[in-house]
Amino acid sequence: MSITVAVTGMNARADNPGPGLAIARCLKESNTPTRVVGLGYEALDPALYHRGFVDRGYLLPYPSHGEDALLARVCELHEREKFDVLIPCLDAEMQSFARLAPTLAGMGIRTFIPNSHQLALRSKDRLPELAKEIGIASPKTQAIYQANFFHSCQSQDWQYPLMVKGLFYDAKIAYNAEEAVAAFHRIAGEWGVPVLAQSWIGGEEINLAGVGDGEGGLAGAVMMKKRALTDKGKGWAGISIHDEELLAAAQKFCAVTKWRGGLELEMLRDTQGGLHLIEINPRFPAWIYLSAGVGCNLPELLVKLALGEKLIPSTPTPAGVLFIRYAEEAIVSLADFENITVWGETLRTEGAFA
Amino acid sequence: MKNTLLASKRLALSESGFVFDPVSGQSFSVNESGLVFLRLAQHEDDLDKLTTQLVEQFDASSVEIKRDVQDFINRLQGFLK
Repeated sequence: MSITVAVTGMNARADNPGPGLAIARCLKESNTPTRVVGLGYEALDPALYHRGFVDRGYLLPYPSHGEDALLARVCELHEREKFDVLIPCLDAEMQSFARLAPTLAGMGIRTFIPNSHQLALRSKDRLPELAKEIGIASPKTQAIYQANFFHSCQSQDWQYPLMVKGLFYDAKIAYNAEEAVAAFHRIAGEWGVPVLAQSWIGGEEINLAGVGDGEGGLAGAVMMKKRALTDKGKGWAGISIHDEELLAAAQKFCAVTKWRGGLELEMLRDTQGGLHLIEINPRFPAWIYLSAGVGCNLPELLVKLALGEKLIPSTPTPAGVLFIRYAEEAIVSLADFENITVWGETLRTEGAFA
Repeated sequence: MKNTLLASKRLALSESGFVFDPVSGQSFSVNESGLVFLRLAQHEDDLDKLTTQLVEQFDASSVEIKRDVQDFINRLQGFLK
């Protein structure tokens, strides 16, 4: 039996892709035949047109249009497409979908995402609090509303370099007050305030993608060390690893928060071997296709949980499997582009891009 | 030093001398002597016994082998954090 899964995050830009296309690719490789409907926000979101992994593409209203508009659009699309499961995967939309989840469930659309309270727990500005509860070290973090902070912070026990981060996206290392102020204005201009200041810790970043079962367990996990970065600091090559401490941290996080859904733990191993929690993302990362690559297809696992299916206990994933990301041009017919621009949907017939 | 020896047990070693650490994700290459050392270290915890085994295999004095082992372990530390 085939199922239909709606996936957001179709902004598969080469230097900083959203996770949607990788999730769709995982779902296409799952054991259950899956029809994937891509939900994007812009006509130039490339994954909307990728017929190999995304069967139909639709536009959603921008988050600034509010949750009523979002719900109305999802309702309209559900009437046509009959979604079995919806996987939101952009930080900025998670709160909206968390609030809408009960309504969506009433319509027959299953989600498997954290609730609003769980989302708030792992918010970047509350990270040290959560890290303490889990028993992991984390860098000092402070919400900043005024750029002046960066001129006086050294008298408040801060030192350069430090990280300047957006509440949802973006991070910049600043080596002095001038760089920090510039980063503050750029990030605040794009994502609003507060902007976060975070102590910088030298070391190697390691990451874990997983799925919390909503009952305190970690249903599956894949660990990765980035091997090469883009100019924006995003991984374009990585290798699967197996780090018991990292895994234990993720298990503890799920146990403490009863996390429900996809997650990414970003941690840093310092030069003395200590582990620090840098960030917890409430959704799958863009490198999630590595999970299918190591035989632990996490999006497939999440869909099974959403559908209430029984899970086979996951086995440890092999270390030493690499991913190397590459850019690819989507060829889009003018008719398809017209359709998404005017009607917010890709053509029903097969386009030029297969 | 003891920790580095213990950590070397987890390494994946190939015939070509390509080495992968499944915990840190680091990979590097060692020469033939380095590979002999790492293969021995995966089964031997005692550094003195390990050095004795190397002395038996290589045409070098015990002092030279000990110095080389020390140097190798120091280099290895950087990869196994």
